[in-house]
Amino acid sequence: MYFQFSVALALMILALGVSALLVGLQKLLAPSNPYARKLMAYECGEPPTGRAWINFNVRFYLIALIFVIFEVEVAFIYPVAAVFSEWVRHGQRLFALGELLIFLLILFVGLAYVWVKHDLEWIKKVPD
Amino acid sequence: MQSWIDSLIAAGDFGKNPPRDLVYALFIFGLSAVVFLGVAFPFAGIVSWVERRVWARIQSRVGPNRVGPNGSLQWLADGLKHVFKEDIIPDEADARLFKLAPYVVVLGFVLPWAVMPFSSALILADLNVGILYFTAITALTVVGVLMAGWASDNKWSLIGGIRSAAQIVSYEIPAGMSIFPVVLITGTLSMQGIIRAQAWEPYHWFLFSNPFCFVAAIVLYMSALAEGNRTPFDLPEAESELVAGFATEYSGMRYLLFFFAEWGNMFIAGALITTLYLGGWQAPRLSSSPVVMNVLELLSFNVKVLFLVFTSMWVRATLPRVRIDQMMSLCWKFFVPVAFINLIGTALWVAIWPGGNPVAGYVMFALGLAIAVLFIRRVMYYLKRSRMEMYLHPTI
Repeated sequence: MYFQFSVALALMILALGVSALLVGLQKLLAPSNPYARKLMAYECGEPPTGRAWINFNVRFYLIALIFVIFEVEVAFIYPVAAVFSEWVRHGQRLFALGELLIFLLILFVGLAYVWVKHDLEWIKKVPD
Repeated sequence: MQSWIDSLIAAGDFGKNPPRDLVYALFIFGLSAVVFLGVAFPFAGIVSWVERRVWARIQSRVGPNRVGPNGSLQWLADGLKHVFKEDIIPDEADARLFKLAPYVVVLGFVLPWAVMPFSSALILADLNVGILYFTAITALTVVGVLMAGWASDNKWSLIGGIRSAAQIVSYEIPAGMSIFPVVLITGTLSMQGIIRAQAWEPYHWFLFSNPFCFVAAIVLYMSALAEGNRTPFDLPEAESELVAGFATEYSGMRYLLFFFAEWGNMFIAGALITTLYLGGWQAPRLSSSPVVMNVLELLSFNVKVLFLVFTSMWVRATLPRVRIDQMMSLCWKFFVPVAFINLIGTALWVAIWPGGNPVAGYVMFALGLAIAVLFIRRVMYYLKRSRMEMYLHPTI
């Protein structure tokens, strides 16, 4: 098993090495003439209006929260899905199915809740 | 791969009692380098040229045709050009994150090649958690893109990066859930195991194994388009709104690394769908020689993947960009529920027919064929009509 995962390590080293090599090559070959105006943030030629690190729209935060819930769920379904067919073959199909369905039902209720709360809408309509 | 190297060592190809770990390391690095430098990078380069030629064809232009025969060396010329471009890091940028971001994106593009099943023998590492590794690693891209967007200290980059993060993480849910139908049927996460559970005949592919799988494959394809920032979901780098999105402040090699990863990810998305739903490398057994069979399998895999890559180019040249609220509601209000239904439907299907329903494959295949024929007839009709219109009104 270590053997197989070491391939990932080798690829990682290679990828970082080759990328660094290319960037280094550029450093050697490319001209370098930085001056203040060139190093300004690009805003279509106008002088930039302040920094870009500003307060940001909260709906991205909501999307991230919902994502975390569902991604954890996806991670949890992996092992269940992997053993599901084995359980069915061992004659425990109702048990396996019931377990999977209960888990999915809880998550579906979560999705329905978010939906009803209008958090899936890009432009949120809050009832008065 | 390990058993093969062991057999080479046992045959005495490396002298008597070679340092085993050294031989392993040599092979791992050598073969990884072959896959990375010999397949992944050239593919990412060449596809950029192919894509421009395909769009040009579709839009009645010529496309790049000057460098090399038919312009086929254009990608090398572009790469070379980027080496000679000045590397600009904005004064106000977070320089460390700014420099790190392209490497993270490249990692997300290179690491999936470790489990890329080119044929029954040609795979670097057949991990037993293959598909989980695949999805986990490809998710690295979003980290890199978000880092790039944030570190640039540029409003275009920030909006592009955040949009990209929102889009990729959203579409990761339906994409991840569309993998489960296949895992439910096969009961394995290994790439080779999933392919071995299928056969070369289209009606034995998981695409046609039941109606839910068919829908799941389509959901997976569209989610893959969105995760790869492809039109109609290319909001993160919408040129006409955001300059170049998260890559606005990048120039030269670092810019190129981002786009290498983006083009390479087309192959990776195609390979994922091919492995799961299109029978992977399965090819008819025309010969008993393992070498010939592996070449056939390699061809089978690549033809399927390249067809999917071509389709994504076709889609990109055809469809307009969607709005961000449409994109988000498409994901959360349509794809996620549909993926849920696919998952439950397939679980029921497997519970009723543990070995798979033998008739369903043929019926679904016939239906799929009918859809394909209808689609091609439609395309032919419009082709003819547009030619007629050109003939009648040459000016419109």
